[in-house]
Amino acid sequence: MRVRDDFELIISWIEKDSRVLDLGCGDGSLLKLLKNKKNITGYGIDNNIKQINKSIENEINVLNFDLNDGLGEFKNDSFDYVVLAQSIQEIKDPKKLLNEMLRIGKEVIVSFPNMGHWTSRMQLFFKGRMPVTSELPFRWHETPNIHLCTINDFIIFCGDNGFTIKEKSITSRNFIDSYMISLLPNFFGSVASFRIE
Amino acid sequence: MSLNIKTETARIDDEIKLSSGKKLMSYDIKYETYGHLSDKKDNAVLICHALSGNHHAAGRYKGEEKSGWWDNMIGPGKPINTDKLFVVCPNNLGGCHGSTGPNCINDKTGEYFGSKFPIVTVSDWVNSQKSLLNHLNIPFWRCVIGGSLGGMQSLQWSLEYPELIKNCIIIAAAPKLTAQNIAFNEVARQAIMKDPDWCGGDYLKEKKSPDQGLSLARMLGHITYLSDDSMKKKFGRDLQQPNLKFNYEVEFEIESYLRYQGTKFVSNFDANTYLLMTKSLDYFDPIKDYGDKIQRMLSKTTCKFLVISFTSDWRFPPHRSKEIVELLLDNNKPVSYAEINSSGGHDAFLMENENYFKTMDNFIKRLR
Repeated sequence: MRVRDDFELIISWIEKDSRVLDLGCGDGSLLKLLKNKKNITGYGIDNNIKQINKSIENEINVLNFDLNDGLGEFKNDSFDYVVLAQSIQEIKDPKKLLNEMLRIGKEVIVSFPNMGHWTSRMQLFFKGRMPVTSELPFRWHETPNIHLCTINDFIIFCGDNGFTIKEKSITSRNFIDSYMISLLPNFFGSVASFRIE
Repeated sequence: MSLNIKTETARIDDEIKLSSGKKLMSYDIKYETYGHLSDKKDNAVLICHALSGNHHAAGRYKGEEKSGWWDNMIGPGKPINTDKLFVVCPNNLGGCHGSTGPNCINDKTGEYFGSKFPIVTVSDWVNSQKSLLNHLNIPFWRCVIGGSLGGMQSLQWSLEYPELIKNCIIIAAAPKLTAQNIAFNEVARQAIMKDPDWCGGDYLKEKKSPDQGLSLARMLGHITYLSDDSMKKKFGRDLQQPNLKFNYEVEFEIESYLRYQGTKFVSNFDANTYLLMTKSLDYFDPIKDYGDKIQRMLSKTTCKFLVISFTSDWRFPPHRSKEIVELLLDNNKPVSYAEINSSGGHDAFLMENENYFKTMDNFIKRLR
């Protein structure tokens, strides 16, 4: 199976033998890769029992918590990295969660689908319809995504809340997009990943 | 493969010093086993029963209509798979189904223990189960599994004998009882002790039986095991007869059900054991008992934990199970936690549920 672009990047950012908390871990694939490649320890969190069961199948330590309840179960600085990979759009209060992530982790990694990608813009502009893309496959009335944003939105959000961006990387699956990304990241990037302190 | 059910009694001749300071010089532990112990003796699993449970967890005896209390979970091809695992389920010390308890004759006096039987705690049970482990000549438990009061024993195992347990499953449990939990237990105890036939605990000697009290205690307990929703679904306000009778006989289905449960329980349970079990629940509080020592105890365990709770359980609701998870997280222990959507109340841990069984199956298949 092909590894998700943001996963490859996140794996490259994480140091060996570190402690990782993966928020919205799904079936635990990222933690499983990190365990095999970087010998990390840690936990995944998800609120869907089917995903919990898949994570257990993947031999990941997984916790059936709701991220909207906060991360009160964890002590300050108890992880080297706290990862939120393509789940921020489902969080009720992203600012509160990011502050919590920074409290319990030395470094925070956030990746999200870019709502500013040209395919989304075109759908809204020409069809007059809410965008449905490979990264955001839901129609407006069935989507769990309540807080979608563009790359520019996220950078402003970090600035407004005093989150320091240590590194960012914008990727795309499409060959032409990848070629143009450095020129207009918010137009050609489909997934953005940020390291925050 | 077949379940290979065996029922045995182990005579333990090691003296056991109980939490209360009292001692038992020797005692019997009745237990049942399922499956086969591997040549390496590395596939033994301990099942700890809850308040009203016993050693008969799975399978059906000849001529019996009902199977063991966890028959849906334990057996060939089931989550606790007896094709792979050697499963041991003892009746707890102080129980009333074959292990030494208040309804047994004290060898020393030739009389029933009755009121003289000492109160035993979760820790005492774990110590007696450790003696059973030795008796069976098994080097360690691949996994200790329990629901409710049984879950408390699983947790206690990981604390007390970290080197003897590789995996630990704690279901529908809490690290201690709340005031409300204790309050329910106290009403149950009062129901028994206020029954004139209880005779200060020595009813067997007096050839009496506090059936009224015990059945009341069970009726009360039963309400706390179900959820409002499940009672609504099962009984609603259904009447046994079409019209109200304007008297105090059984009218509503729920009344009939509770009385039936109470009466049925009395026929195979001992009132003193019920008192003892509820007391043991009330006393359980390892975090307070061990204080700072608990971190050192947990640091010794390499055990992998699975904690499971049920949404409609109001006896030990999910946030109570999470207290156990937090203790383990604070100590960097490998733990998974699953919260199962169910309307079954506290008893959900005994009921079939697709997600719950999948959680158990996935975890147990990968025991190391």
